[in-house]
Amino acid sequence: MPSSPPTSMSSRHSLSAQRRCAAMWFLAPMLIALFCVAAWPLLRTIYFSSTNTTLTSLYDGKWIGFDNYLSYRKLSSGRVIWRGTLADPAWWNAVWNTVRFSVVSVALETVLGLIVALVLHQNFKGRGWVRAAVLIPWAIPTIVSARMWGWMLNDQFGIINDILLNLGLIETKIAWTANIETAMLAVLAVDVWKTTPFMALLCLAGLQMIPKDVYEAAKVDGIHPIRVFFKVTLPLIRPALMVAVIFRMLDALRIFDLIYVLTPNSKATKTMSVIARENLIDFDKFAYGSAQSTLLFALIAIFVSAYIWLGKVDLSGEHSK
Amino acid sequence: MSKFLNATLFYALVFVIVGVSVFPFYYAVITSFKTGTALFEVDYFITKLDFSNYINVLSSPNFMRSVWNSVLIAGSTVGFAMFLAVTASYALARVRFKGRGLLLMCILAVSMFPQIAVLAGLFELIRALGIYNTPWAMILSYTIFTLPFTVWVLTTFMRDLPVEIEEAAIIDGATPWVIITQVFLPLMWPALVTTGLLAFIGAWNEFLFALTFTASESQRTVPVAIALLSGASEFEIPWGVLMAASVIVTVPLIALVLIFQRKIVAGLTAGGVKG
Repeated sequence: MPSSPPTSMSSRHSLSAQRRCAAMWFLAPMLIALFCVAAWPLLRTIYFSSTNTTLTSLYDGKWIGFDNYLSYRKLSSGRVIWRGTLADPAWWNAVWNTVRFSVVSVALETVLGLIVALVLHQNFKGRGWVRAAVLIPWAIPTIVSARMWGWMLNDQFGIINDILLNLGLIETKIAWTANIETAMLAVLAVDVWKTTPFMALLCLAGLQMIPKDVYEAAKVDGIHPIRVFFKVTLPLIRPALMVAVIFRMLDALRIFDLIYVLTPNSKATKTMSVIARENLIDFDKFAYGSAQSTLLFALIAIFVSAYIWLGKVDLSGEHSK
Repeated sequence: MSKFLNATLFYALVFVIVGVSVFPFYYAVITSFKTGTALFEVDYFITKLDFSNYINVLSSPNFMRSVWNSVLIAGSTVGFAMFLAVTASYALARVRFKGRGLLLMCILAVSMFPQIAVLAGLFELIRALGIYNTPWAMILSYTIFTLPFTVWVLTTFMRDLPVEIEEAAIIDGATPWVIITQVFLPLMWPALVTTGLLAFIGAWNEFLFALTFTASESQRTVPVAIALLSGASEFEIPWGVLMAASVIVTVPLIALVLIFQRKIVAGLTAGGVKG
């Protein structure tokens, strides 16, 4: 700092300029790092999706335009053959699996998370212990929980079949993860078990922000608790809930690990991430897999923009200040 | 009477919630103490303590190597992210400049990236750098989610610190660098610990990159090792050993989460809910 202070106007001006300059230097390393690990690989993926690159020769790919997405060829007989991801039934199966999984799992998690949050919001003995217990599924790594549930859902020796048989709910043992009809149920069960705690915590944080006198006023007026929940509680935690739902939805749309471990190679649960990686790495269709990853990225980008735009969600928290 | 009924129903609900949350882990512990044919009988309680699965896991050089790989990778990627995030979040939280809101949204967008979208490009980059099948591949690629997350959470924390301390420091002639290191850092320790812990857990649990960027068994991280653990034949999964390994890698995480419960809840809500 100079010993003779300049006039207050210009000192304030130069001070804020100095701060903005420092801010640029502080931001630069982070921005460079993010460019290298996020923006650049994303652009390369999009580029690969319009070439015929293979895993073994990454640099020999030639530009083939949109052929990985969709192309057609006229046979001499006059028949038209469509090729590319967008004409691939396996891809559309994966899209349908992803959407079905995301919508059902997030809906269940929201409802169950709200119930758990409402329970944890009550005053009762041992609440601290219950909250600790609820956090356990969240603390277990996804791969570990997939393996644990894989064992519990085992067709021959699994405890789930044992319990259901003893309760008389099923008559024969079910191969939960291998069966086409039940594989998705198994994946949904594990995902809901694993992520409901996250939802519950976010809902609980929303609940705790509601001032107590709102409830007292409702109590004085003699309004039924269920009515209070739908007319007062739910509208007040809506912003928190909207943000929680979008975070979970984005996580669900890109799911990979749980399905890869719990139900490997099941057509009933293969999601977009799983099928894209399969093509990228396992089947040596690098460019084709890139096209599929690009499509997943586009889908998620569209979904997020629509959600923010329609729901008026303030994700950055800038306006609440 | 109806009050009693209500209380009973409420505690029944609490009991179900706790039971469903804890049972799978409890069952993994039961299984981890079983060997041989005992595995194929369903038990609801521990019948006898047999530590041979644990000895088996702890004496396996490849598994211990995986644990070390995971510690090294998660530790360095979080350290790197925190180092960049502290200064960046100061700029984002405390300095007004054009496009700040947009920049924040971009950072948030990166943290929500579907990881498969960058897999092909990262694969090329990692091959080009010659770090395929080394821990560096994971340290580099995990930055894509640890960095935006730490920047985001630290920004929300820093935004909530009172303006007065900073103003006092400015009047004393402190430069932004001095303000960060001497004024903010001491106040931010709790936030740093929480954020670091959450980012560490995220890196520890990551699977897609670790599966794709490793080839040999000695380079695997814990999740990959557990996912690909197999017995003598491909179709015979050693459930006892697998559960012992699962318990070993999960117990420290559960302990950390329970110790830092309150802080973690605060960190998650700062990252998620700001409505």
